[in-house]
Amino acid sequence: MDTRSAKAARAAPSGRSQIAETVNAGLRRRYRAERRFRAYGIIAILVALGMLATLFVTIIGKGYTAFWQHSLELNVAVPADAVNPQDLGSANYLGLLRDALQAQFPEVDTRQERRALFAMLSDGAPYALQDAVAEDPSVIGRSVTVQVALDDDFDMLAKGHIDANLPEAQRRLSDAQVAWYQALAERGMIEGHFNTTLFTSGDSRQAEMSGIWGAVVGSFFTLAVTLALSFPIGVATAVYLEEFAPKNRFTDLIEVNINNLAAVPSIVFGLLGLAVFLQFFGLPRSAPLVGGLVLTLMTLPTIIIASRAALKSVPPSIREAALGLGASKLQMILHHVLPLAMPGMLTGTIIGMAQALGESAPLLMIGMVAFVVDIPNGPLDPSTVLPVQIFLWADSPERAFVERTSAAIMVLLAFLVFMNAAAVWLRKKFERRW
Amino acid sequence: MADTQTTAGTPLVAQGDAAKIEARDCNVFYGEKQALRNIALDIKANEVTSFIGPSGCGKSTFLRCLNRMNDIIDGCRVSGSITLDGEDIYHRRIDVVQLRARIGMVFQKPNPFPKSIYENVAYGPRIHGLARNKTDLDEIVHTSLERAGLLGEVKDRMDQPGTGLSGGQQQRLCIARAIAVNPEVILMDEPCSALDPIATAKIEELIDELRENYTIVIVTHSMQQAARVSQRTAFFHLGNLVECNDTEQIFTNPQHKLTQGYITGRFG
Amino acid sequence: MVGHTVRSFEEELNQLTNIIVRMGGLAEAQLAGAIQAIVRRDSDLAARMIAGDARIDEMEQEVHAFTVRLLALRQPFADDLRAIVGALKISAELERIGDYAANVAKRALVLNQAPPVKPVAGIPQMGRLVQEIVNDVLDAYVERDVEKAMAVWRRDKEVDELHTSLFRDLVSVMMEDPRNITPSTHLMFIAKSIERIGDHATNVAETIQFVVKGTSPTERRPKGRDSAFDGEQGDDKA
Repeated sequence: MDTRSAKAARAAPSGRSQIAETVNAGLRRRYRAERRFRAYGIIAILVALGMLATLFVTIIGKGYTAFWQHSLELNVAVPADAVNPQDLGSANYLGLLRDALQAQFPEVDTRQERRALFAMLSDGAPYALQDAVAEDPSVIGRSVTVQVALDDDFDMLAKGHIDANLPEAQRRLSDAQVAWYQALAERGMIEGHFNTTLFTSGDSRQAEMSGIWGAVVGSFFTLAVTLALSFPIGVATAVYLEEFAPKNRFTDLIEVNINNLAAVPSIVFGLLGLAVFLQFFGLPRSAPLVGGLVLTLMTLPTIIIASRAALKSVPPSIREAALGLGASKLQMILHHVLPLAMPGMLTGTIIGMAQALGESAPLLMIGMVAFVVDIPNGPLDPSTVLPVQIFLWADSPERAFVERTSAAIMVLLAFLVFMNAAAVWLRKKFERRW
Repeated sequence: MADTQTTAGTPLVAQGDAAKIEARDCNVFYGEKQALRNIALDIKANEVTSFIGPSGCGKSTFLRCLNRMNDIIDGCRVSGSITLDGEDIYHRRIDVVQLRARIGMVFQKPNPFPKSIYENVAYGPRIHGLARNKTDLDEIVHTSLERAGLLGEVKDRMDQPGTGLSGGQQQRLCIARAIAVNPEVILMDEPCSALDPIATAKIEELIDELRENYTIVIVTHSMQQAARVSQRTAFFHLGNLVECNDTEQIFTNPQHKLTQGYITGRFG
Repeated sequence: MVGHTVRSFEEELNQLTNIIVRMGGLAEAQLAGAIQAIVRRDSDLAARMIAGDARIDEMEQEVHAFTVRLLALRQPFADDLRAIVGALKISAELERIGDYAANVAKRALVLNQAPPVKPVAGIPQMGRLVQEIVNDVLDAYVERDVEKAMAVWRRDKEVDELHTSLFRDLVSVMMEDPRNITPSTHLMFIAKSIERIGDHATNVAETIQFVVKGTSPTERRPKGRDSAFDGEQGDDKA
């Protein structure tokens, strides 16, 4: 008895420790694999963050200066005979400004030199003087101090983007121009201030007078049209397909097509818009209405797919509860399913809108690439959108447009980040636990 | 002891008694597969009838036939006749929405709407237009919650979401919601299977009280519960109705071998 | 019928049957021993029988506790429920049978102190009959055989009739000689005890029908004529 039980006692623990040893050996391997996988993940994230950082640093580095604009403070004499108080617009403000500038540098007398000097003034400077006079007509007969924007080349000089060490032939500004500028700077007449023009005016050939406001308004109208069309149609389609459509081959075909449409290159929608909306229906070119229609076609698949997923996620228990009480199918959907699916639908819509905001290719096809100066008043006026504006500016050679392009990209990115953040916040806020 | 295909016991009531629901020659198909065979059964008014049987025997399927919830399942076909107070509920002219207001349902997992407690109970009366004004509606909600034994626990928090209650309370809320539309029959599909024993006891007590005003049909996996709660019991097996009789008879002296095997744990 | 899916339940039910069977065997032995003690005028045997009754009482407690446990822990239904309730009832009946056997043994002790009386011969005859009945009914229990149980149930009539004739004999013996009265009275009580054992055996038979079929016998239990109430049917409740 004793030996038998002793043997049993010995057998039991060694059996257990053998299994434990096997498991332990495997454990080390498994933990190593897990740590490797974690390392890969962290490396991938770091690489992605690095690239993101590079992107931001590049863009911000190039663009932050666009938010700052330099201007010249001139004391302009406004002789009474030069300006007619009843018709302020008819006066030769440019001449007055040039006289004031000339007064700073009396030694400039040749026409070439004078032209070089007067190049310092922005083309929009006369309007600034006109506005100042209009604001305070009492200055007629006296002089008024006015701040006029510098021409973009001089603005670049002020920001240090023009390399003074290059030979004169390779620079946009001659030595004399540089000297005049520096003289004015020493006299304290050059001032830097926030570049509100960037946010308040439309496009312009003159960099210092250009702004993104036209594009922003155009984008706004386009997105408004897109939202107004794609959200109701998308949601209604998703509800129909998910709840009402009979499950047959035809419905499957529609589903496949919708899923495929989400992957179609966006320029194709532009071609469609060109052929159908512009040529067949004769809608106005470059209008946000048409842009909105084209973008609607593009975002509908996204919204439909997201909405269907949201509808599918509503648990059948809620549906059955509603039906069991005697709700009709439509009541069940309107009262219970849609409200619960709405956060998902909204998230999908916002993501779709964010995509639409950043689209340029289809809009190029329908003509929103035109040089549009005026701020559009409605969805039917010709306009452009922010991505296209960026595209146009990126084409221009002036140094000033480089920084403005980057600045516009920053604004666009800010909007996109904001919209996506809104989508995430919405989703988190309305997330439900069943 | 019977072991032939015919139903043992007394599934049909005598001529004079009140049968609230009558099923005759009821066959149910899911596509090609037959789920129920030739079910003939009467449910007596103001009584609790329980359906028992192993998983997949068709008891839940049959329960859902009684309020036509199987209509929402694609490919489900019901033949034969099921009548409520003599009217065939599968007749073309019957409005399913109205039928479901007369035959209410409580499900296995409590599923209150993600709305306030008040709204949960008020939804049914509202869509059926049972209340003329707010006062009426308040009254209906109040009475329903009281009958469900929940009023005392929630009367101070009617605005709070129904999903914030405990499991047992949620199920009683679902019962209150079902009785708010003033049905004649209440169907319960394993109402206590997700609840702890205390909540279960409260629901069973509630069922006993509700019996006075409603006809109740309950599907349950627990034979002890069927024994405690029901007056008549029907045993289903592989789509057949094997035995239907008074509960006491079924649980002390069943007449069919299958019934005996199932309730004494001799299956398989 | 296939066994219970939960084997421990099946084993417990078998265990319950076994206790009853053992108890029954013990009761049978007690009865046999008590009769023997009278026939052979063996006081030692009688004393052992009297002591042996305690074991039957213990077993009844055991059955009682076991059935309560089974009811609480297993929540039985249908035939299981009837089997357990039946076992409880049968153990009570067997305990009474044991008590009556012990009574017979006690009276044997007393009888042995007096000279033998003639109608003692009727006792073993009745005793054998009742022993057969008890034996058969226990077999019927083990085999769950309702027919056998019903046969027992009907044979109780014979016991009653034997008892009646023994009663008459003893009365005439008492009338012959007053010195016979004391021993004859003892014999009458012994006969009564044996007759009661027969009644309890038929109770067991009725319980067996309940266990197997779930119903009680529909006929009225057949009873022999009772000597005490000559000309009337039935007697004090058996």
